Amino acid sequence: MKLSGAEIVLECLKREGVEVMFGYPGGAILPTYDAMTKYPEIHHVLVRHEQGAAHMADGYARASGKVGVAIATSGPGATNLVTGIATAMMDSSPIVCITGQVTRGAIGSDAFQETDVTGVTLPITKHNYLVMDIHELPYIIREAFYIARSGRPGPVLIDIPKDIQTEKIEFVYPEDAIRLPGYQPPQTASDKEIKAALELIHEAKRPIILAGHGVMLSGAVQQLQELAERAQIPVALTLLGKGAMPENHPLTIGMMGMHGEAASNLAIQEADLLIALGMRFDDRVTGNLKTYARSAKKIHVDIDASEINKNVHVDVGIVGDLRAVMDQLLPGVKGASHAEWLNRIRDWHEDADERDIINRDTGDELWGAQVINDLWKFTGGNAITVTDVGQHQMLEAQYYPHQRPASMITSGGLGTMGFGLPAAMGAKVARPDEEIWAIVGDGGFQMTLCELATAKQENIKVNIAIINNNYLGMVRQWQEFFYEQRYHATPMFSPDFVKLAEAYGIPAMRVERRDQIEESVAFARSVEGPVLIEYAVEAEDIVYPMVPAGADLDKMIRRPKPGESAR
Amino acid sequence: MPDHKPKKHLLVALVENKPGVLNRVASLFRRRNFNVDSLTVGRTHKPHLSRMTIAVDATRGDAFKIHMNLLKLINVVDVANVSNEPHVSRDLALIKVRANDAESRNGLTLICERYPARIVDIGPEVAIVEITAQEDQVEALINELKPIGILELVRTGVVAMGRGVRILDSDYEPVRPITATSEAKSFEVYSV
Ligand SMILES: Cc1ncc(C[n+]2csc(CCOP(=O)(O)OP(=O)(O)O)c2C)c(N)n1
Ligand SMILES: [Mg+2]
Repeated sequence: MKLSGAEIVLECLKREGVEVMFGYPGGAILPTYDAMTKYPEIHHVLVRHEQGAAHMADGYARASGKVGVAIATSGPGATNLVTGIATAMMDSSPIVCITGQVTRGAIGSDAFQETDVTGVTLPITKHNYLVMDIHELPYIIREAFYIARSGRPGPVLIDIPKDIQTEKIEFVYPEDAIRLPGYQPPQTASDKEIKAALELIHEAKRPIILAGHGVMLSGAVQQLQELAERAQIPVALTLLGKGAMPENHPLTIGMMGMHGEAASNLAIQEADLLIALGMRFDDRVTGNLKTYARSAKKIHVDIDASEINKNVHVDVGIVGDLRAVMDQLLPGVKGASHAEWLNRIRDWHEDADERDIINRDTGDELWGAQVINDLWKFTGGNAITVTDVGQHQMLEAQYYPHQRPASMITSGGLGTMGFGLPAAMGAKVARPDEEIWAIVGDGGFQMTLCELATAKQENIKVNIAIINNNYLGMVRQWQEFFYEQRYHATPMFSPDFVKLAEAYGIPAMRVERRDQIEESVAFARSVEGPVLIEYAVEAEDIVYPMVPAGADLDKMIRRPKPGESAR
Repeated sequence: MPDHKPKKHLLVALVENKPGVLNRVASLFRRRNFNVDSLTVGRTHKPHLSRMTIAVDATRGDAFKIHMNLLKLINVVDVANVSNEPHVSRDLALIKVRANDAESRNGLTLICERYPARIVDIGPEVAIVEITAQEDQVEALINELKPIGILELVRTGVVAMGRGVRILDSDYEPVRPITATSEAKSFEVYSV
């Protein structure tokens, strides 16, 4: 069967099980767009900006565990993908991006819409390809999907010159196994490593598990819970680790790091053993490395060998698939109680409860934390939430407890504003039966709000909650703490969001009082397609606790208790 | 921390012989803020494999990080840090020196006799000395030649190989057809 390069692309996508791709056409990718008419089984979602396509593919991947696909034209189309690719790279999200390129003969001539896209994306992809021979195309697509989803997942980009898309060859799908000599994702631990880890676990008096995204990526959720329960080890979560352990589980302490639970951070600093599972000791979770968990021995399990001893020196480093390693480890784990240690953590929690704004009467004021916590309450804690970046993101992490994996999607590593709406749309496409809430700030929403049109055109039912504080709130917070309250370039004018949504034909509502929140959730649920709710919250909010960047993890700025004055 | 003082590490990487691989390695060093002393790359006896020798000045911890990050690159087949084992290393230099009087010419000959060096070109004004030796010897020769007058100098950078029967090789054969380079030349310039 003779197929064009464009048809080969789609034929291979079909065999990878791709059902949907997010993209935007243009000259250099047109042959592939034309060929799409012959492949109606692969649905194409027309976005309004290629960044949205990459984030949608990313949201799709994170919600489903499948590879998300974005497609764009050469030059500006491809460069518009860049932020989305970098976001996926930092958060180990499997996406494949396909870009058109100028014809082979024109490469290097500064042709119209030519950009060295493999060069541009080299440091922000797990791997990338420039296809220079059509015979390689099917192999490259197979490899790209395999690389994206295996090992530590990540984005892969395939740049395809236009003349390769139109060239025709006899097509045979390469059924033979993928052979990548330089790529063998690690599997299990050695007996010696398991023994060393067990010894540390059994000796520990104040152990703590640090659970990250890797727990969910490797499917080790059950194993984690089993380890925690059997040895009675408390579990702190990274931002992307939310969902790795049910947050209503008595052993879950909560998030760690810059805006983590005080109890988690204090426990880490006092622990005598850290068991780090599928997390990477990002500076946002460690604070000052010199004073980080000084009295603790450390076990670190990660699939990426380059993560071991990168930021924190560990005593036992295990490179492997977390689930496989946990299956090796669990049979040797003895029961323990750690009652004293767990009590100590409980006391820290009680102290935090006294400070919590949620437990206060705030009169007529509406605070971001209250909105998030009520959204949790009225959605039964069962929604998949997708956040943008800023204060509302941290409030989501603090006030919307999640009970199951992949139910909270957020840009952690890159902290990409504009991620929320498109990623939520991708998540909804992946999980049409789930209730999806995009929780976004007034700032970040305006970075990708053009995707409202996409949501409307495709009737993607996302509930958009704008936490509107009329500020770039998180930056305002830094200005308040560290720049003597010079609020420069953070107060923000916004359009009337309700009218804006209505201009797109999207029903909308504005909430100003706490007692309207329940109604807003009911309203959102009553609308069949996308819906937008603006929550007008207090402008000058602060997310507590806060570990200032680079400070010791236990030197948190805390919310004062009632009657106490601020620091 | 078991980090010792920085010292010279020689990392040998077996990489797929494909366009852009050198770029990937160079980009890695820049991105991760690792300093390269020298980097050499050349073909091997297998057409689909090239070999790099990368000399870095690094602590043991950093050398390990570089090692792990190199392995992470999909096109890097294998990596060995040969500084951790008995090995042979060579650097080649061509040094153009002043040789326009009897004193400089005699000096040159005497110095070269004490090194694995030879004069490969000589004229009325200048001579070219070639040395293939361990890096420190090359360094020493350069220092001795300085008083005579070095006019131009080029070095290949270090290449290295572990001693004995520990072989850094891969028996992989590519599954994909290898692009015929002749074909690559004949692309027409289409309208874009
Ligand atoms: C693309 C991008 N630009 C800038 C920043 C820096 N930044 C982090 S949080 C933030 C403010 C976000 O404001 P908003 O979306 O209104 O959310 P809020 O903090 O008010 O909840 C900014 C500007 C970023 N993370 N991403
Ligand atoms: Mg805001």
